Amino acid sequence: MNSNGTKTRGLFIITSIVMVFFLAGCQTIPKDALKLSPESLEKRSLQTRTYEGISEADILSASAGVIQDLGFNIDESETKLGVIVGSKERDATEAGQVAAAVVVALLGGGAMAIDKNQKLRVSLVVRPTHESDDKKHFVRVTFQRMVWNTQGQVTRIEGLDQPEMYQEFFDRLSKAVFLEGHKI
Amino acid sequence: MKSHKLILIALSGVSLIGLSGCQTTSSSQLLKADQSQVQTRNIQTRAFDTTDKNKTLRTVISTLQDLGFVVDKADEVLGSVSATKLDGYQLRMTVTVRPRGQTQLLVRANAQYNLTAVEDPEIYQDFFTSLGKSMFLTAHNVD
Repeated sequence: MNSNGTKTRGLFIITSIVMVFFLAGCQTIPKDALKLSPESLEKRSLQTRTYEGISEADILSASAGVIQDLGFNIDESETKLGVIVGSKERDATEAGQVAAAVVVALLGGGAMAIDKNQKLRVSLVVRPTHESDDKKHFVRVTFQRMVWNTQGQVTRIEGLDQPEMYQEFFDRLSKAVFLEGHKI
Repeated sequence: MKSHKLILIALSGVSLIGLSGCQTTSSSQLLKADQSQVQTRNIQTRAFDTTDKNKTLRTVISTLQDLGFVVDKADEVLGSVSATKLDGYQLRMTVTVRPRGQTQLLVRANAQYNLTAVEDPEIYQDFFTSLGKSMFLTAHNVD
């Protein structure tokens, strides 16, 4: 009686595991991935400044300069659409994670995987505020990154949204063009 | 006892097939399209009542940025924009704009979510609704 019970339970466990594997293959795109949300308007204000009294070509080349100042390599550009794309690869080790890994290792837990390197991307788009006005432009910048750990797995795959990052970028750009960037 | 073993073997076989996704040669993904060509184009394409290609491309770029994408590439002559969204997943999209007759532009979008092509018509409809709002124009279905 007992042996029968454990056998059916074992079967039940195996069936559940099989179901989990089936379901894992059914990951689908989130339903609202391509819907405009109220947050997107806020983010737009965060990511955009207007610059007046400068042509599109000049603001684009100043932006390219700032992107290079920040250590990015320019990957793509299309001046007719006001687009510049850059990326850089950097170390991603964080002190907190290293400390935690050391503690785990000391407690006999073996090597804990910690963040190792990251690839950061920046995309800058310049657009005239009005078709007729060549001297006033929106400049919008967006950041994202992927982080890999010491085991080669992706640990973070995210857009970067801190207001300070954007403010600092526009401070540098404003200095580069000797103009003030106004918030929209 | 024996029947239990058989069930075990059957389940392992089934789960192996489930894991592999029924694929025997991975390079066949190159020319694989899960829907008919006409069906795919229908859900991925809309027409807009404008002939300004540059302005439409710029609006596509700003809509993609509003949706959280980072632009990867853009080409005005080819009329194409590619962008990636990273938000715990990777979503890559390419949007192309080209003239349709004398009065319209045709906008086509195709997307990839992690390792699969996006085939859900509702996702593309959401994109065209968002784009239509940014353009202040209606996205017309194309037959």
